[in-house]
Amino acid sequence: MHGLVFDIAHLLAGSLLLVSFMLLYQERLSALLKVFALHAVVLSLSVAWQAHIHDAPHLYLTALIAFFFKGIFIPMALARIVKRLGIYREIEHVVGIGPTMLAGVGLTSLAMVLMIHITSESDMLAREDLGFALSIVLLGLLMMVARRNAVSQVIGFMSLENGTVLAATGAKGMPMVVEISVAFSILIAFIVVGIFLFRIRERFDTVDVAALDQFRGDQR
Amino acid sequence: MSFDGEIAVLAVPFVAAALLAVLPGYRLTARLNVLASLITFGSAVSLLIKARPEPGNYLLIDDVNVVFIVLNTFVGFTTSVFSASYIDHELRIGRLTPTYLRFYHAMYQVLMFGMNLALVSNNIGLMWVAIELSTLTTVLMVGIYRTSEAIEAAWKYFILGSVGIALALFGTILVYKAAQPVIGEGLDGMVWTVLMAHAAGFDPATLNVAFIFLLLGYGTKVGLVPLHAWLPDAHAEGPTPISAVLSGLLLNVALFAVLRFKLLLAANPDAITPGPLMVSMGLTSLIFASFMLYRRRDIKRLFAYSSIEHMGIITFAFGMGGPLANFAGLLHMTMHSLTKSAIFYAVGHITQIKGSQKMGDIRGLTESHPVLGWGLVLGVFAIAGAPPLGIFMSEFLVVSSTFARQPLLAVALVAGLIIGFGALLMQLGGLAFGPPSKGTGPSEASYVPLFAHLALVCTAGFYLPPALVAWFQHVARLLG
Repeated sequence: MHGLVFDIAHLLAGSLLLVSFMLLYQERLSALLKVFALHAVVLSLSVAWQAHIHDAPHLYLTALIAFFFKGIFIPMALARIVKRLGIYREIEHVVGIGPTMLAGVGLTSLAMVLMIHITSESDMLAREDLGFALSIVLLGLLMMVARRNAVSQVIGFMSLENGTVLAATGAKGMPMVVEISVAFSILIAFIVVGIFLFRIRERFDTVDVAALDQFRGDQR
Repeated sequence: MSFDGEIAVLAVPFVAAALLAVLPGYRLTARLNVLASLITFGSAVSLLIKARPEPGNYLLIDDVNVVFIVLNTFVGFTTSVFSASYIDHELRIGRLTPTYLRFYHAMYQVLMFGMNLALVSNNIGLMWVAIELSTLTTVLMVGIYRTSEAIEAAWKYFILGSVGIALALFGTILVYKAAQPVIGEGLDGMVWTVLMAHAAGFDPATLNVAFIFLLLGYGTKVGLVPLHAWLPDAHAEGPTPISAVLSGLLLNVALFAVLRFKLLLAANPDAITPGPLMVSMGLTSLIFASFMLYRRRDIKRLFAYSSIEHMGIITFAFGMGGPLANFAGLLHMTMHSLTKSAIFYAVGHITQIKGSQKMGDIRGLTESHPVLGWGLVLGVFAIAGAPPLGIFMSEFLVVSSTFARQPLLAVALVAGLIIGFGALLMQLGGLAFGPPSKGTGPSEASYVPLFAHLALVCTAGFYLPPALVAWFQHVARLLG
């Protein structure tokens, strides 16, 4: 692989991982939404670059979806929800920021070690892309576990999906069906989540999912 | 154009969903729902008889998935009959409005479409999309009552289900990566039949990691411990027909996905053997769920935990592998689907009569409602594995095939079964006997689906048609 071509792809995938870490230490919901928008934009750049170097024009579509839908539309819609509910500064941490970051570093190294070992036969770029993608997936999971607020859980989930998109585009020549399905699923997922957020608001006056825990059927 | 069963099992639910979404009037739509499910079942049966079409890039009918499709559409049909009488009551007490009912019927058919698509797909990407679709529809159905509990259950199911789905997608991508050096780029790398033909040359290390992701991802949907947390809530808070479909069908579909990938690994000589992983998850689920049965206070949660227990047994049997254990697994899956949906039919009517799901409010059913009460007693005896009913047969086969190969595992298995048996009978004692609790109004239940299932399960304990046995043996050999 060409030196510069490789470096740019590497840079973009690496930046995506970096932004995943940035998601972990946000204190305010409005800032979290902006960082998530950045996450989606970096993803779309990375996908577009893959489309360019692999000469796969259909990936440009994936990049466009990532840019407009996840980079602009969803953060704006979530920002409206946050505004309507008046919860700008409430990110409830289950685990403090320091331990979360340490756990994130641990998960990233785990993912890298695993992926570099297993994909030793494929080319360098694909291997590192998968490593980055797995790290992003794991960081998304970590975020969902370490934050209690429903909005930040949704963002954790979407950053996790961004990781799977990175993996799908990194796998050379992966059929279109998956890209469409990923985009589609995010659309549906978002609609569903949107509905749920409003329903949660109707019933509980908060989007802190801990408030839901009191309704466990067996402990009544 | 001649009749094509493969297309019909997809097209009928799809068209029905569109119709049911717009048609008013619950009597009409409930009947249409039943009719559509019946036609789908008929199409599925036609797949058994007619010659198989050549596998395409997207759809495939083979000996393995036909079993699942027929079972799926049959329980889908009987549940639609039960659902018709169930929603009648829900409308009268105002828990569902006509608008929600339209939505409910449309979603029911979309769910059938998604499950059938997952079963007939010849493409691992398409299978993933179909399972995702069925997850999303069930999330909406679980939340349909909009009570706090229903919303909590749907939210939890949604989050855990989505994470599972995302992990499964990652696994799917890794399978494609593992296949790439052999098959090359493009659509072929996701076509199931092509993958199976070339599996021996795949990169084993990538395939191993892929299977872990797939097992965790789809295993979440099977409800294997420790990924089961969504399952009891989703079963307890949604409409009871959905609990029946979840337990009887959707868990099987997810397990089918795991089995497909297990076959792929088995075809590669250097990959890990997936059996031990499935055996340990299955055994953990069985023992954990058996203990959890003792402390339940909610009748639908009780049977949800029992579903975890039985999915554990089935996963265990398929994990052991070999013709006998696979045969036992298939039989157990069929028996569990029939019995568990029958129990949920009974439970649905019981909770409507009593106006509560708490077991403290449900006492002495055999006295106040003899038909429902004894139906429940029979169902619980069957699900607990009391001889000589169908589940006893299949459990006996699982245990005896395990004893021949791994006696220590068999001891743990038997212990789990006995613990679960005790718990169910103990709970049943309070539900069925003693002085009846309040809520002794007559029930306007439709007993046909309930007793049709129970009759099948009872008959299977004494007599299995030789054709069915030969068929299951054939499929069991294919499953490796």
